[in-house]
Amino acid sequence: MEPTHAKPQDTIPRLPGLNLPELYQCVHCGLCLNQCPTYRALHLEPESPRGRIHLVKAAAEGRIELNERFKEHIYLCLLCRACETACPSGVQYGRIAETAREQLGPPGSPFARAVLNFVFARLLPFPRRLRFVFALLRLYQRSGLQQLARMFLPPKLREMDAMLLTIPARFFYPATNILPAIGARRAKVAMLNGCVMPLLFGDVNEATVRVLRRNGCDVVLPKNQICCGALNIHNGESVAAKQMARHNIDVFLDAAVDAIIVNAAGCGAAMKEYGYLLRDDPAYRDKAERFSARVKDAGEFLGDLGLRSELRPVDLTVTYQDPCHLVHGQRIRNQPRKLLQSIPGLKLVEMEGSDRCCGSAGIYNLTHAEMSQQLLKEKMQSMAATKAEAVVAPNPGCMLQLRYGAQRYGPAVKVYHLMDLLDRASGESDAATPK
Amino acid sequence: MKTASQKSLVQDLCTVVGARYVLVEKEDVVVYEQDGSIFQVMPEIVVLPGSTEEVAEVVKAARRASVPIVPRGSGTGLAGGAVPAEGGIVLSLARLNRILKIDLENRLAIVEPGVINQDVTKAVAKDGFFYAPDPSSQAACSIGGNVANNSGGPHTLAYGVTTNHVLGVEAVLDDGAVVWLGGEVPDMPGYDLCGLFVGSEGTMGIVTKVAVRLMQTRESVRTLLAIFDQMDAATETVVDITAAGIIPAALEMMDRTTIEAVERGAPVGFPRDAEAVLIVEVEGLREHTARSARIAREICQRNGAREVKLAADESERQRLWKGRKGAFGAMGTLAPNYYVQDGVVPRSELPEMMRRIAAISKEFNLRIANVFHAGDGNLHPNILFDMRAPGELDRVIEAGAATLRACIELGGSITGEHGVGLEKKAYIGLLFNEADLAAMARVRRVFDPDSRFNPAKLFPTPASCGEVRLQPAQIPAGLWI
Repeated sequence: MEPTHAKPQDTIPRLPGLNLPELYQCVHCGLCLNQCPTYRALHLEPESPRGRIHLVKAAAEGRIELNERFKEHIYLCLLCRACETACPSGVQYGRIAETAREQLGPPGSPFARAVLNFVFARLLPFPRRLRFVFALLRLYQRSGLQQLARMFLPPKLREMDAMLLTIPARFFYPATNILPAIGARRAKVAMLNGCVMPLLFGDVNEATVRVLRRNGCDVVLPKNQICCGALNIHNGESVAAKQMARHNIDVFLDAAVDAIIVNAAGCGAAMKEYGYLLRDDPAYRDKAERFSARVKDAGEFLGDLGLRSELRPVDLTVTYQDPCHLVHGQRIRNQPRKLLQSIPGLKLVEMEGSDRCCGSAGIYNLTHAEMSQQLLKEKMQSMAATKAEAVVAPNPGCMLQLRYGAQRYGPAVKVYHLMDLLDRASGESDAATPK
Repeated sequence: MKTASQKSLVQDLCTVVGARYVLVEKEDVVVYEQDGSIFQVMPEIVVLPGSTEEVAEVVKAARRASVPIVPRGSGTGLAGGAVPAEGGIVLSLARLNRILKIDLENRLAIVEPGVINQDVTKAVAKDGFFYAPDPSSQAACSIGGNVANNSGGPHTLAYGVTTNHVLGVEAVLDDGAVVWLGGEVPDMPGYDLCGLFVGSEGTMGIVTKVAVRLMQTRESVRTLLAIFDQMDAATETVVDITAAGIIPAALEMMDRTTIEAVERGAPVGFPRDAEAVLIVEVEGLREHTARSARIAREICQRNGAREVKLAADESERQRLWKGRKGAFGAMGTLAPNYYVQDGVVPRSELPEMMRRIAAISKEFNLRIANVFHAGDGNLHPNILFDMRAPGELDRVIEAGAATLRACIELGGSITGEHGVGLEKKAYIGLLFNEADLAAMARVRRVFDPDSRFNPAKLFPTPASCGEVRLQPAQIPAGLWI
């Protein structure tokens, strides 16, 4: 054993694709450790941001292999990016992890990878196919087949089945693609429908459109838009992801709007990073940067624009869960809180660790159920301490996870999107009340 | 794992702590080859015990197998203290992270070594108490690591270092015996073995519990940011403030290069065109802080400060400290590597020392960022470089040695708070003579006769202390003077 500095000859990159400049911005100070949910849970440094960066660096230098163990470490990460908020050097860890995953391909067994590859490349980019699948699932839930299946499904699948919330009777399927502002016009915006949002949270999309319109926005819903590709990027699929990004860039830039509104934090973060995703694509690089500059989270946009109308009271005690891809991925912390606090009668109680991941993390709750549930249990305990009646979490993944948590572990809080409550507070007295 | 004896050691360890907490694959242990410093040696085994009993069993197993043990907390150290210089076992105490007892009436807490420094204060803040030593890495560093290095921090100026705040430790000795050194009451009779363990850098045993002192939060605190266009004016201000008889709770300096790093990484709003800023914090009774802050402000202005700002509220104050405490970590925005020194000079020599550092920077053609505890004269010149550039590391090592020699010439010391570790063991001979070092080595041998605990640290060369097992052949040429 020789004490060595990493000698110059050790650092000759063997995997050029992994040799990112971000790796050399990390000076391994360790300030990220205690902010990382998986390190907090396990206290193993290979499950920390600094550890994973060191692993990728060692792999880039050809000192370790990209084997299964390496892959486990890279995929146990939630990609919550809390480490980026903690990092004094501004290391963009997300880029490092996503690049490593790109080299590794999707997680799991060969069968799981095949399923994921199918979903990423053949399902997500096609809204109609996706709608068809969810219609089938709805049928499965309503026909009594689900009841029957629960008796026969193996435990793991039964658990997954239990996490699936009841698929609503109505999907978000707008009849028209331009909805005019109500009152004086202040902006023209486009909205991303999303892939899962219109199928599981169509009411949130409707609420978002109503709130935008009431605040003076013409809302365009480009017809040919598709899924943003965030799930692909987070899980090591980049070919279809780039194709999806290019498609959406063309569709949304054609709409010629002031802002592109996203009500799902994970999608917003990914779309704000299209510029980086397509950095090696000369035909799209500049367009992607222009597109990304216009992307705004719904709460960010409305918070900055300022609400126009007087709000009606909503008598509710809520706590706020920062979606990771909002607070860490997009650095949006204040606007959603400001908007909530502007609703008369609504009381916001802060939750300990509100900016710590709930364990949803896209499909992580399916691929890493044990860690995901551990984090969810802790989250529900923090939530119980606030004594809030409801939690606001403006991202579909968090909403699904927290609904499951409320039902499985308690407390029995209601789970809202920020737009649900703004809709209720800004609407007419007979406006739809949130479920 | 290669040999049969190593295999059986791994089996023993798995029986003690469970297979999940014994790491042997390269894709696991490689992560533990480095701490916050620039040294790398890969351990063969990493083990994470979950209780004192497990620590004792690990120590016994390692002894049976004649393998070195290197304790590790959060791995934030800056002197290579947690780097396993001779390979062997890295014993991570990260899982021992419980706060076992909080006794506000007697103002103490008993914590396990893996507890994060800041979490101690968090646990008692609502009751108006805090744990005083506050290293810049306090959001990540562990109490165990603080004990090993006798860590300080910005508020060392008013409150002293770790040893002033540790009442006792529970430790596992080389034969696996579990002992309490010191205790919950101050001034235990007999040898001050607790004092001996604090700052021993893991060379005497493994600390498994720490009884720490809790302090009461002061009634009032005021934090000033003084902005200077001249480095000399800033250092003269430091001398004048302490000469005026004010003892601030903290008196910190950051130079232009450091400000640039912080503002690039996670900006907090330091003026990027200033040559230096001072953070002056005073605390105590309301009347006292008002007066001290006024005097400090006058001294800053008399020395030509461009502007002196008072942090308007707690969030502004926190922002200043966030910038200051993130400064080391932010060096990554300027260069891939930094080599931080930890020299000390008498406060009155600060202006001269800063001039010398500027000259060294020029001589070796290396960028040096200064961020330090000015009130203590505890310097942290960060030499910025790129490990990948041929020959640069050698220049860095020489420049580092030059700064330490300058510290000693001006009547100071080579380390204020980071510990000696691997990094400064070559320089410790500049500070102590052979008899001094031999006395220390004898004490060490009492607790660690076989040099099993964190070997090849702290002491310079085998010449001065023959029984300490060191292998000079391992030491790369050029690094050790």
